[in-house]
Amino acid sequence: MKITFERRAALSRPVLLAAPLMALGLAMLTSLILFAALGKPAGQALYSLLLEPFVGWYNISEVLLKMGPLMLIAQGLAIGFRANVFNIGAEGQLIIGALCASALPVYFPDGASPLMLPAMIALGAVGGAAWAAIAAGLRVRFNANEILVTLMLTLIATQVLNYLLLGPWKDPHGFNFPQSVTFPDAALLPILLAGTRVNISLLGAFIVSGLAYVMMRHRFSGYQLLVGGLAPRAARYAGFTEARAVWVSLLLGGLMAGLAGACEVAGPLGQLQRSVSTGYGYSAIIVAYLGGLNPLGIVVSAFLMAALFIGGDNAMVSADLPVAAVFVFQGLLLVFYLGSLTFIRHRVSFNWAGRA
Amino acid sequence: MTILAFILAGTLAAATPLLLAALGELITERAGVLNLGIEGMMALGAAVGFVVTYTTHNPVLGFAAAALAGIALSLVFATLALGFMANQVAAGLAIGVLGQGLSSLIGKPLESQTLDAPGKWAVPLLAHLPAMGSLFDQDLVVYLTFGLAVAIWAVLNHSKLGLIIRAVGENPHAARAIGFRVRRIRLAAVAFGGALAGMAGAYASTLYTPLWADGMIAGRGWIAVALVVFGTWAAGRIAFGAVLFGALSLGGLIAQAAGVALPSQLLASLPYAVTIVMLAVISSNRRRMRLNTVASLGQPFAG
Repeated sequence: MKITFERRAALSRPVLLAAPLMALGLAMLTSLILFAALGKPAGQALYSLLLEPFVGWYNISEVLLKMGPLMLIAQGLAIGFRANVFNIGAEGQLIIGALCASALPVYFPDGASPLMLPAMIALGAVGGAAWAAIAAGLRVRFNANEILVTLMLTLIATQVLNYLLLGPWKDPHGFNFPQSVTFPDAALLPILLAGTRVNISLLGAFIVSGLAYVMMRHRFSGYQLLVGGLAPRAARYAGFTEARAVWVSLLLGGLMAGLAGACEVAGPLGQLQRSVSTGYGYSAIIVAYLGGLNPLGIVVSAFLMAALFIGGDNAMVSADLPVAAVFVFQGLLLVFYLGSLTFIRHRVSFNWAGRA
Repeated sequence: MTILAFILAGTLAAATPLLLAALGELITERAGVLNLGIEGMMALGAAVGFVVTYTTHNPVLGFAAAALAGIALSLVFATLALGFMANQVAAGLAIGVLGQGLSSLIGKPLESQTLDAPGKWAVPLLAHLPAMGSLFDQDLVVYLTFGLAVAIWAVLNHSKLGLIIRAVGENPHAARAIGFRVRRIRLAAVAFGGALAGMAGAYASTLYTPLWADGMIAGRGWIAVALVVFGTWAAGRIAFGAVLFGALSLGGLIAQAAGVALPSQLLASLPYAVTIVMLAVISSNRRRMRLNTVASLGQPFAG
């Protein structure tokens, strides 16, 4: 059999939407079979994973709560991915952002200054960007692969978090749990939707998404970035460099991840805990791809992925599925998305007659 | 056994899963394909290998099953990267997530279970050498892995098969023009990499630390990917790097032996930090990198 791929000249919007939908359908089907094979109630599992998150206001608000950081991080990552700069260490940048933001309430647990919260957010953003800057510097100066460096930095960040929570930052009155003191009110983000845990960082994430859209579509800088990464030589002739693409991609990616980390500790967690790192940084990679690396698409895919997280929590209880089921589903989603994309970008023809 | 002997022996054992996975990735990359899903394939191999060994009490079956699991996952990658010409970085990440998820799912029922400590096989005569003797008192997989490194070096540099693999990686168009089935050869290379990564995972979970703990691969798959870069795509240098990292991962023991008290998190970070430094040092020699890098690495080929 011979398969030929012919790249389509232009892609219409509905066709672009088809890829993530196709991926969702196939991932559902595959996981249904997989869960059944594992002896779990597959129907119940799928209901919990995909529908229950939308049943009731509380569930929906929890989805919105998780959507914020996913959307924020994915917008930052997509800037890099579009320019072929692969920051896969957002998880580490998130952790460092959370650490930097936590420093203030940890050292001033009775602080009441109205400046505390803005300072925390700023520290988180700077911390995340600084952590990513290590990778950018090493790539630009020493040619070190940013994929490997950002990943290694994430593994180190996890150890830093463990060190602080088990040592100097451990709450002396916390019954020896690895967590910091609970933050004062001045260090907490205001609630956006009364009666839920959704805070104003969700608004921030939407604003960032808007900015990302404007940057990509309407600013020359977005175009420069794209060319710098995709065609470094052409970019150099035109006067904008690969180094710039690397710096901007990693700094913005780290900044967003750091912001997300700060908003987690100043939001739903209210203290620094190990659970600040629940894989948002990794899931955001999938969110970015499923959204077609497009700022608007990412808003939709972040919502979907957040629902999947909440659904996973439900499925743990109702269908006895381990948390890992969510990651299996995420992996399947990305696998099928990448596959579907080919069928959508190309006109695929099968020639059963034989080799041409 | 003295502390030194213990560390020497431990170094080779710790190096084994890294080397095994890195050798697989070496062949994959020499054929021009960048598979970043090693961590996932190792994690899956670790879980499958552990479950099969635990239920059948047969470590050989465990390794075989782990190899098959690694191959299966690598074929998912190949379908995307070679069949559908998807972005290889993204496809590798996808099977990485999938493999790690499946690994936790499969291993879940056996969390914290242990296996019997593996039998060692002492090399006659050599094992009785003073001080160095412990290097030759290892489980069989250690010898096989280092033997495989030699074999792969020989195949890549001194055989027709090696020439074909390299031709496909350096210039797929030329290789296609003289009649080689580029994608088929790449598929075989990817599957070979999957098998070795799966077995590397099984080694980690059934022989190195015969205990199931979720997330036990802990970045070793990524270090294996980095090792291929450190070794600038040569088997000998990769083996050297693996031994170096094996020693590093025993940093805790070495520090204790030297009487230094350091936070365990610092020691746990050491291999990752050294990976970053080594990567920077070796990659900064741009000329050498250009000479050694596989020319078509990561680029899809439709022929």
